[in-house]
This record gives sequence, C-alpha cells and structure tokens, in this order.
Amino acid sequence: MSRKVVIPIGPYHTLQEEPEYYQLTVDGETVVDIDVRIGYVHRGIEKLAEAKSYDKILFLVERICGICSTSHPMVSVLAIEDIGGTEVPERAHYIRTLVCELERLHSHLLWLGLAGHFLGYKTVWMWAWKYREIVCDTFEIITGNRQNYGMMKVGGVRRDIEDEYMPALLKGMDDLLKAVDMFKGVVLDDPVLGARLRGIGVLSREDAIQYSALGPTSRSSGVDKDVRRDEPYAAYDWVKWDVITQTDGDVFSKAVVRILEMYESVSIIRQCLQKMPKGPIDSNPKEIPIGEGIAHTEAPRGEVFHYVKSDGTNSPVRYKVRAPTFMNFPTFKATVVGETISDATIILAAIDPCYCCTERITVVDAYDKKKIITGEDLIKMSQEKTKKLHKKMTGRELK
Amino acid sequence: MTRDEVLKRLKDKFGKKIKDLFEKSEKRVYITIDPKDITEFVKFIFLGIEARFITASCVDMPKEMEILYHFSVDKTSLIVSFRARIDKANLAIESITPIMKGAEWIEREIHELFGVAFRNHPNLKTLLLPDDWPEGLYPLRRDYKEEDYEARMKEKESK
Amino acid sequence: MSIRLKALLKSPWVFHLCSGSCNNCDIEILDCLTPRYDIERFGMVLVGSARHADVLLCTGIVNKQGVSRIKRVYHQTPKPCLVVAVGNCSCSQERFRGSYSAAKPLDQVIPVDVYIPGCPPKPEAIIMGVVKLIEKVKNTK
Repeated sequence: MSRKVVIPIGPYHTLQEEPEYYQLTVDGETVVDIDVRIGYVHRGIEKLAEAKSYDKILFLVERICGICSTSHPMVSVLAIEDIGGTEVPERAHYIRTLVCELERLHSHLLWLGLAGHFLGYKTVWMWAWKYREIVCDTFEIITGNRQNYGMMKVGGVRRDIEDEYMPALLKGMDDLLKAVDMFKGVVLDDPVLGARLRGIGVLSREDAIQYSALGPTSRSSGVDKDVRRDEPYAAYDWVKWDVITQTDGDVFSKAVVRILEMYESVSIIRQCLQKMPKGPIDSNPKEIPIGEGIAHTEAPRGEVFHYVKSDGTNSPVRYKVRAPTFMNFPTFKATVVGETISDATIILAAIDPCYCCTERITVVDAYDKKKIITGEDLIKMSQEKTKKLHKKMTGRELK
Repeated sequence: MTRDEVLKRLKDKFGKKIKDLFEKSEKRVYITIDPKDITEFVKFIFLGIEARFITASCVDMPKEMEILYHFSVDKTSLIVSFRARIDKANLAIESITPIMKGAEWIEREIHELFGVAFRNHPNLKTLLLPDDWPEGLYPLRRDYKEEDYEARMKEKESK
Repeated sequence: MSIRLKALLKSPWVFHLCSGSCNNCDIEILDCLTPRYDIERFGMVLVGSARHADVLLCTGIVNKQGVSRIKRVYHQTPKPCLVVAVGNCSCSQERFRGSYSAAKPLDQVIPVDVYIPGCPPKPEAIIMGVVKLIEKVKNTK
C-alpha cells in the first residue's frame, strides 16, 4: 500500500509576491489531490468602493493587483462609462491601448523571469527582468511612475503623450523587439526546455471551457477567445493584430502563447504611436446617471470583469470585481493532479497567478506528521530535474 | 449566430419564464427570472448557446438579495445577465456548480460575504475570510458593522 | 552595540514577508536583486526562511488572516532582527484603513525600525532605506 503524504505549500516564501496556501496530497512522487486556501491578500476592496467617489475608486482598483495595475482601472472606466454611454475622444482610446499593451509586455516579461527561476535558468530570470526595466522606464516617461500609473479617467485619460517622448518610446520598442527575439530563441528553440515543459500540466479544451478558464491559460488549450477581438474596446479594432492560440494545453504552450503575444503587443504599440490623432484626451463628464454598467477587457492573465450599480450619486451602490486568476485557479485540479511533485511548481506558475506560487513548502508525512522535506526543496527539485535533463541531452552542465 | 438570434432562441425556449428582458444596448441585455428557474436558464445558455460564464455578482437590496449571473456570448460581443431576486426570509438558491465547475468559487464567495445558501453545492466552505471569522456575520451586507465583529471576537476569546 | 548586531550589518540576510499587499512592493523588492540595482553588492541576500534572517522586509496592510502569522514569523526570526515596513500599506494601511478585512497597522503588531513610503517605493528608495537603517544602527552605541 503506498502512503499518502500531505504537502502544505504556504503561505509565505522568499520568492513569491503574494501568499497562498496549497495543500498537495501526494502518493509517492505523484500528486493525487490539491486544495488551495486563499484570502491572505483579501482587503475588502468591493466594500471600500461603496464608500468612495468614482474618481477615487480608480485609485483603489489600481491596487488590486500590482502587475495588472492598469487593467483594473481600464475596466473600471469602461464599466462606469457603460452606465450612461459616456463618450471618449479618439486620442484617449489610442493612449489607453498603448498603456494596456505596455502592461502586457511588462507582465509577460515578469512571468518569463519567474518561470526561468523555477526551472533553474537563473540567467533567464535576470535577463527577463533586465528588459522589463525598459518597459518600466517607458512607463516612467509617460506616466511618472514605474507601477500604478494613474492614467485612466472616466471620459478619457489623465495625461497626454507629448511629442518629445516619441523617439524614446520608439527606441524602447526596438530594443524590446530584439529582446523578445532572444527569448523566443532561448525558450522555444531550446530542446531541454522543450523536453522539460512539454506534456506536463495539460489543460484539455473541454476542461478549459468547464472551468471558464481565461487568457493564455485557455488560449494555449485551443479556446479561441480574446476580449480585445470579441468585444473591441479602446483602439483595438483600429489596429492590426492577431490572437495567439496553441492547442496542446501544456506548460510549453502557455509559454509560447505569452512570448508570441509580446510580438503582437510591440506591433500594436507602434501602430498606436503612428496613428494617434491630435486632439483632446478627456471628454470631462460631469455626472454618472442611475443604472448598471458592465465592462470586460483582456488583461495579461485573461479577462477582467467589473460590474457597477449606480443610484445617481457620486458613489456606487455596488462594485463587483472579478480578476482572471479567480477563474484560472481552480484549473489546478485538472492540471496538477497526476503530475510529479518536481513539476508542481512550474505547473502552478504556468497560469501566471498574481503571485509567485511557491511558498514555504513542508512535506509532512500524513501518518506520523514528521517533517521530511523543508523549505525551498520543491523549487530545488524542479531545478534539479532541469539540470539532469540538460546534462543528459547536451552533455554539459546547466550554468 | 447573431445577437438577435441568441435573444430569439432564449425567448422561444423560455417564453413566460422570462419576467423581464431589458436590452440596455447592443451588447448588454438583462433578463429577470425566477430564482427557481436558474438551472434551466444556465444549462441552456452554457450548453445550448455555448456562452462563457463570466461571474456572478450579488447586491444587497432593501427588500431582497439580487444575484446577477453574467454570461458572455463571445462571438456576438453580447453579455447576457440573468437577474434572480431572492427573498431575504429564505435566502437560498440552487447551485449551478454541478453544470459548470467554473462557478464553484464565486458561489463560495457570495455565500460567505452575503449569506446566500447554494443548494447542492459540492464544497461550500470559506474562501476569502479568515478561519476564525464569526458565524452569521456577512461583511458585504448593508447592516454589517465592525463593532459587531469586535463584539463577537471578544465573546469568542472570553470562552 | 552588541557584537551580534555589528556582525549582522556586514551582510544582512533579508526575509520578505507579505500580508495583504497588491504585489507591487514585492516586485520592487525582488527587482532589487536584478543586475540594474543589484542589492547583493551590499552583501544583502534574500533567504528562504525567517530563521536565517536578520532583516524582515514587510509589505501589505496586515489583514485579519495574516496577523497571527506575522507574529509567528517575527518570533521565529532570531534576535536581534530589524524590521522594515516597505510601502504605504505597511506604513499606515493607506486607503485600506477601515476595511472589514484590515487588522491593525504593522507597527502595532510588531516593532518597526524603518518606514519606506511609496506606492510602490522605487528600488532605489528601498535600497536607500535599508542602507539608512544600517547606518542608523551602526551609529547607535
């Protein structure tokens, strides 16, 4: 009879941003069940929003998630504008698109770095985050801050993009394109990474639909949905771009989707910079009418949805936020169960949750409760597996 | 399938069960239904029309608890929201998790923040609130007060 | 100043503790490790366990879920240890004060030595804050 071991993962760990608590039930080396306890970052934002004015809500929702920090204000302004059909000037649409795509680049590069760390490719981590700095610098030029940009406003945007920033922006995009080319070569053409990541953590198309999975998580399983194309907002139907999908549904496909999306983002940004007309950036609405507003956008991780109910006053009656990770999380039941513990961390990270999913991991024997494995050993197991594979396939040590 | 075809199919299938159909705009439709019909509507839109479940949102209204179930018919850029008004004296509705696994978490969230019971939900335990949160205290309700929380926690500690 | 504290300052090992944050501060802390900012030139290393830490970098508002855990991690950290509150949320809970989910501000849960405000503070600010802390401790007799 094989022993069942429960591995609690969480909730605090050095390399992860947000705490979580996973419980893996393991039979030998195979994961047989997973349960996740969230709520460690629950701050009661929906309730707080009921007491704030519409302007202040934008600053509140910006801080729901640091990485998607412009996705939430973007949906927020669209939802509030949906109540009464507020007009937005054309230039503002382009600026909104530009900021959203820059954020997508930032987020995917961040994920690439973290994935590199989990796999033991420390150089990938350092380089991905180094090139992420180009995006952060670009943000600092346009918005004044590396994160939490404060760009969105009901009726338009808060700040204009001055002509003098253009050369720096275009150069930034050129440098980024070279970096993305490099990462494409490193990730997609590396046989070791292919062997390491292919076939693990597979989310089937049927499961992706059952769980209503979103973003690259579902597009890598062949579900061809992207809010930017299905219900275009901002300037997405004025520029040419493609929705990236893959069909295998494994961790490798998720990486491919994210890397190829970066090319599309750079292209969209360049087109926006070219096509942006001169003009006002804010229609300056004075009142929010009574009614309900709904909006959704495609954040880097998937669809973000906001619902707002207004009674004509300056604060909403109800504000509902639904982030993409909320829908992607439960897919763990379908992707991690049946895999080995050394693959658990990279599969958990593959949905790109709003935090680094490896926490302090303790393997506890379910029968006598003694600690068997400590701390970062689960990440180390993942890194060891990559090292062994690398040595076997190339004959060289992984640096 | 066009937007109008989707609405026609819904009207043809459900007839009088649709209490009210409000076409707010080209892309937003709100359909008021009786809470006891929710599973029928959800089955039809998820399995028949193959819409995607976005989420559910609950509002604490003066006389009743209103839950909106939002579905996106991606190919037609349409969001259909089913409005179910539940009497506060009997705060329960059939769970839609057996139809689609993606609804499990949002029903857990509404249950712990508003106190709505979801019949036949496979796993209605806490999701977001701490383990020691007092029973029967629902933070997103209008009548929630921080003093009530503190009083209940003091009671617990003194036991 | 105790000899243990003196030794700690030469190469402070840092543990990152998050409770109820949006991640921005946490990413900026991790960013300090990247080549552009390179916190390792100060001898600072991010460790995986509070039991090895000299400095606790705390982010987040401290929500009700996290209070007992923060206290536990603080007690696990060998003394003397220094606590740094990174970001507006850990300095004062900022706009989340009054939420049903927010517990007390960080400095009412564990003693804080340095506050680094910002939303999020830039990596330069974080490094400056930690360096200032080290100098402050060095200058205390």
